[in-house]
Amino acid sequence: MVLTVFAKLGRWGIARCHSLGRAGLMLFHAIVGKPEPLQQGRLLLRQLYSLGVLSLLIIVVSGIFIGMVLGLQGYMVLKTYGAETSLGMVVALSLLRELGPVVTALLFAGRAGSALTAEVGLMRATEQLSSMEMMAVDPLRRVVAPRFWAGVISMPLLSIMFTAVGILGGALVGVLWKGIDAGFFWGAMQSSVDFQTDLVNCVIKSIVFAITVTWIALFNGYDATPTSEGISRATTRTVVHASLAILGLDFVLTALMFGN
Amino acid sequence: MVQSQTPIVDIRNMSFKRGNRTIFDNISLTVPKGKVTAIMGPSGIGKTTLLRLIGGQLTPDSGEILFQNQNIPTLSRSKLYQARKKMSMLFQSGALFTDLNVYDNVAWPLREHTQLPAALLHTTVMMKLEAVGLRGAEKLMPAELSGGMARRVALARAIALEPDLIMFDEPFVGQDPITMSVLVKLIDELNQALGVTCIVVSHDVPEVLSIADYAYIVAGERIVAQGVPTDLRANDNPQVRQFINGEADGPVPFRYPAGDYLTDLVGTRSV
Repeated sequence: MVLTVFAKLGRWGIARCHSLGRAGLMLFHAIVGKPEPLQQGRLLLRQLYSLGVLSLLIIVVSGIFIGMVLGLQGYMVLKTYGAETSLGMVVALSLLRELGPVVTALLFAGRAGSALTAEVGLMRATEQLSSMEMMAVDPLRRVVAPRFWAGVISMPLLSIMFTAVGILGGALVGVLWKGIDAGFFWGAMQSSVDFQTDLVNCVIKSIVFAITVTWIALFNGYDATPTSEGISRATTRTVVHASLAILGLDFVLTALMFGN
Repeated sequence: MVQSQTPIVDIRNMSFKRGNRTIFDNISLTVPKGKVTAIMGPSGIGKTTLLRLIGGQLTPDSGEILFQNQNIPTLSRSKLYQARKKMSMLFQSGALFTDLNVYDNVAWPLREHTQLPAALLHTTVMMKLEAVGLRGAEKLMPAELSGGMARRVALARAIALEPDLIMFDEPFVGQDPITMSVLVKLIDELNQALGVTCIVVSHDVPEVLSIADYAYIVAGERIVAQGVPTDLRANDNPQVRQFINGEADGPVPFRYPAGDYLTDLVGTRSV
């Protein structure tokens, strides 16, 4: 009885290591190789459009609302201490340090990650990847690589956009509605936000999340069982694994960046 | 004649297992250059797997697969991709790119591998589409094509780079009699007019035997018969007879191997 549990656990562990290895190999073969700037540039542009530009709407709208909620909640708490003038600092720091990169990554996983998995998974299921291989074109370089780079490039930009829009949302509530003096609001922000610890770390976080989310999404699609059920499971797995990985990594990164 | 005897594909003592199930047990076969070679056998015995082995998408457990004297399983990644430029494969589903129209699908391999000027590219694509009789369908999307048309477009795409070898994976499955004879005619023309070597994997016996120069029958992990079509029709091996005449049960069993029926029904309880 105990033995079977151990055996199962072992088999599960080996299977996980196995797929981690395959995922690593996939990424390695996709991004290492002779660069062909013209050809890859065109593919990259198209993916930047479908992953980055098309995600803009959800990112901007969520950014505004999160910023407004943050502004309102922050205002109500700070007001009890008579410190509502530091609202600008609260909004900017929480967006830059946590909410910007994390929420963007979660939204990106849902909006673009699931789409990536489904797209690549269906290409596998309909043998498009196989036929590419047989036409002597490496699907890892042709399909996986441009999507990976597009994700890694667009997500940090989206994070910055999210943060900026969020701060505007906070200002909307704080300054226009609750009547905090604009000078105090922006002044508090300016004096507390540090380029190195806040802005640079925000970008680093979102680059790490970008690599994680895009990698998970692409591998799940590439490795999907070629049936409709398999693709639905792969898509779910992308969103679940990516979200968990983002939150877990966020703690690790936060501890490393702001821990001491 | 001497040249046409050189094999383009030469499989030697190849074995392949999937999990614990042996798919091929030490088989050898050769595909002579410029001929149509048929590989026939019941469904599910790994005919498609054989094509994937030749294309290097799967690796055999032992043995050699020589394509133009290169051993495919041992080639490096880049060499393998070089070798694949000289072969092409027609998938059962057609495997057209669903986001591109017919014209772009056929142009795809040319755009990937050649730097043809636009005018020449256009001419080449049009010639390939004309060869399969679908020049008028250039603007259609794959979703708008019937199964037979999709297969013909895939054929046009497969011949775009003028390969030395084309592998057809079940080209006749699910086609109406007219499309079937169109495909038969196309394969025959390709072979006769362009001298392309064809491997046709199929279980549609009469169609395949009508175009094949040589045929292998694969069943139960090995090759059970081979020869020119007339020989095969006259073959008196019961397994071959069953297959060629399409009898439901015989040496090739109707049932997938299974455990004891009674045990399955009542479980392992002792009676």
